[in-house]
Amino acid sequence: MSDIATDLKNYAGRFLAGANPRSRPLSPHLKALEAESIHIMREVAAEFSNPVMLYSIGKDSAVMLHLALKAFYPSRPPFPLQHVDTGWKFRDMITYRDTLASALGLELRVEMNQEGIARGINPFDSGSNLHTQVMKTEALRNAMNSHRYDAAFGGARRDEEKSRAKERIFSFRDDHHAWDPRNQRPELWRTFNTRIRQGESIRVFPLSNWTELDIWQYILEEDIPIVPLYLAADRPVVERSGTLLMVDDDRFPLQPGETPQMRRIRFRTLGCYPLTGAIESDAASLEDIVLEMLTARTSERSGRLIDHDESGSMEKKKREGYF
Amino acid sequence: MAEGDARSTMLSRLTRAGEKGVLRFITCGSVDDGKSTLIGRLLYDSKLLFEDQIATLERDSKKHGTTGENTMDFALLLDGLEAEREQGITIDVAYRFFNTEKRKFVVADTPGHEQYTRNMATGASTADLAIILVDARKGVLTQTRRHTYIANMMGIRHAVLAVNKMDVADYSRSRFHEIVSDYLRVAETLGFDTITPIPISALHGDNIFSPSRAMSWHDGPTLLAHLENVETAAEEVANRPFRMPVQWVNRPNLDFRGFSGAVTSGRVAPGDEIVAALSGKTANIARIVTADGDQPEAVAGDAVTIVLDRDIDVSRGDILADPKARPEVSGQFAAELLWMAEEEMLPGRSYLLKAGGQLTPASVTTLKHKLNVNTFEKEPGKSLKLNEIGVCTLATSRAIAFDPYSDQRDTGSFILVDRFTNQTVAAGMIEFGLRRASNVHTHAMDVDMSRRAAMKGQKPGVLWFTGLSGAGKSTIANLVERKLAEGGRHTYSLDGDNVRHGLNRDLGFTDADRVENIRRIGEVARLFVDAGLIVTCSFISPFRAERQMVREMLEEGRFIEVFVDAPLELCMQRDPKGLYKKAKAGEIRNFTGFDSPYEAPETPELHLRTGEMSADEAAEQVIEQLIKNGLIG
Repeated sequence: MSDIATDLKNYAGRFLAGANPRSRPLSPHLKALEAESIHIMREVAAEFSNPVMLYSIGKDSAVMLHLALKAFYPSRPPFPLQHVDTGWKFRDMITYRDTLASALGLELRVEMNQEGIARGINPFDSGSNLHTQVMKTEALRNAMNSHRYDAAFGGARRDEEKSRAKERIFSFRDDHHAWDPRNQRPELWRTFNTRIRQGESIRVFPLSNWTELDIWQYILEEDIPIVPLYLAADRPVVERSGTLLMVDDDRFPLQPGETPQMRRIRFRTLGCYPLTGAIESDAASLEDIVLEMLTARTSERSGRLIDHDESGSMEKKKREGYF
Repeated sequence: MAEGDARSTMLSRLTRAGEKGVLRFITCGSVDDGKSTLIGRLLYDSKLLFEDQIATLERDSKKHGTTGENTMDFALLLDGLEAEREQGITIDVAYRFFNTEKRKFVVADTPGHEQYTRNMATGASTADLAIILVDARKGVLTQTRRHTYIANMMGIRHAVLAVNKMDVADYSRSRFHEIVSDYLRVAETLGFDTITPIPISALHGDNIFSPSRAMSWHDGPTLLAHLENVETAAEEVANRPFRMPVQWVNRPNLDFRGFSGAVTSGRVAPGDEIVAALSGKTANIARIVTADGDQPEAVAGDAVTIVLDRDIDVSRGDILADPKARPEVSGQFAAELLWMAEEEMLPGRSYLLKAGGQLTPASVTTLKHKLNVNTFEKEPGKSLKLNEIGVCTLATSRAIAFDPYSDQRDTGSFILVDRFTNQTVAAGMIEFGLRRASNVHTHAMDVDMSRRAAMKGQKPGVLWFTGLSGAGKSTIANLVERKLAEGGRHTYSLDGDNVRHGLNRDLGFTDADRVENIRRIGEVARLFVDAGLIVTCSFISPFRAERQMVREMLEEGRFIEVFVDAPLELCMQRDPKGLYKKAKAGEIRNFTGFDSPYEAPETPELHLRTGEMSADEAAEQVIEQLIKNGLIG
């Protein structure tokens, strides 16, 4: 793996006018998925006055942004990127985010819940639920309110979790940003109802019909740079009740007798580092990851501590406005 | 070495994976028919369930399961929302995914009961194939007919009759054949390309992924083999006339102007001539631009940006098309309508119609008949309730470009949206255009509105006076027109007197007739605007929706709403035509302000309180407003 900053710069160069044609055709099913996502994004650009892309730095966001760069080419995507930063993201994620946004020349807006920081909310002492509620859900709401976005792209996929399987591609949110699963608009063909009143908004999920394998295969075929944490490397970790947590900085409170050990690990999903479990892996290239995926026996969200409380927990969070 | 081989084999398998693209299908049936079990089985056998999901499933099966002690209840895997799990039913459309080496599959899992017809139609709208599930013990039921009808109506071309639970029907060949011949009697009258019957047991996996040993008499394919090999419409669609609805005008700088959209049918290459369906103007394709470089052609399914060799008027909503096989362009057409809202459909009410990128007010002018989805029979009706289907005539404020749904799903479909709640209230499938307009393509004229207006030295527009009878609309309009004429402006005046006696003399005062009355007035006003005139319209026009409809017929800034506002008492006192007296005496019914409501404008361009000013002062304010709007200098 070469230097990520160089990779990102080369990547940005691919979207300058007069870009090079691709060398090999995209797999037919990925081409179909790509076209569907591009169609969705163009609908949003045409019908909303203040759209935004909620960008979370992970692999799904990388694919979503890549699709936006392709959808509007040779124009730039006609919306800014909005990141909701909890203050606990992996350091590599923040470096990647800032380097990519500046290489592409896209406007990046970062929202952090200052009130939550003042209250001392953090994933270790406050617990994952409160931390997520304050630093993610509330921060997102603040960003939506202060910028008055009328549409926000999210990278969620229907295969991730059961409650998402029934969510629309254009998902209506009331003026409190809440989702009502009982009152969703029927969504037929490729015709999306984008009508909203002041204060209401639509969350748009252009990756709805992609699976985790599709995402990886697309990253591989399109050669999209991703945060290096997805690739295996020796990293300092501690093991807590079967979950491998990376000690990303010195805010990690070690318990008595606990010493970080170097293990060869990687992440299948990226979030707040204290809430994201690693897997032991030797997959150090994209090809390795895809091969590992083909034989994987554990679903990706199992590395996320917030889904585990009970089976219906994601649905609850979504009703409250979690992405 | 062996490891390296395995690695390259897997990678090459992966790059071959999905060579047949995506197949979208819908499963129709109820939980009792084993629908969820079938989908769970497909996910399970395609090894798409992960260990932790299986563990959750085992745990949940013990807690909520309905299939007995030692079997996994696949339905629990699928019913996502908490409420559904508690009630044991599937109430919404859920989408599932699985891949085999040949194809990616998108499964729309929809509920089977009649009250969820709209959910099934939603799932069917994007599906290539429908699996119609039948319980081998029960045979073809009313719901089987309904599912088959809706699948066909929504344009699905391939039907699979999956006779399930063969394990509890003794794997009986004669039972299977009995059900198949019952079913064919139902389905053969409809328009499916293929109907493929397969005997299965979803619970035990017979004829799902591998051929059933217990049913060696079955000489057809397994379900999966059929799903992997069935031809989708994609190829056929590529051979139809070219269509690309324009989504977005791509204009990064002054040197580049492209039209972004997805090709919905046909194919096109640089040099080909295309027509913009709405304007009727033609041009040739100069480039087909994508981020992967310019393309030598674009085929149905491709998302591209098309650059033309000359500037013609094209904007979002227009359809770039083959000039030798154009879409129809009409403001009136017949369509099959599936009603999806609790509030019933009323002919005459104004809704927003969305067809691709085209958005226009529209109303149902006639409900020809309703369709009974259980018996396939036509029934008379005046309105459509939730989940009811009817064949209707619709009229749009502006002509739209479209194809018959049976030819083109993407350009033949639309939704109706409630103007006030913004809910999606109906799904429509266009059958054919009505009136001569349908095949008279707009001929691009050399003398257009701006030229006609320039000759008159003015900007055309509509002054719409609304208010109660006796508020002073006609008086003020008359003064305004006099002042304009004195200033050398070209005007025309429309009011009840010159419209109700001629153009609209066939209309009465029912709600539907009132809507039609205003629609026609709006159309006439629009023609006068096109002729370059400033038009004054004085009509009570009590409903916001109708005034909005006329506003939307015109370009922005050309509709000036003047609210002529006087208290009801004052109007009754003035009573210039003696109408209030008649209303009081009960001689007139539905008189606005008296026993019929008046919806005051929320944000009129001008609000005149005629109780507090003279008619001349009011007219002066209107003139000032015209100057403010830039219509006159």
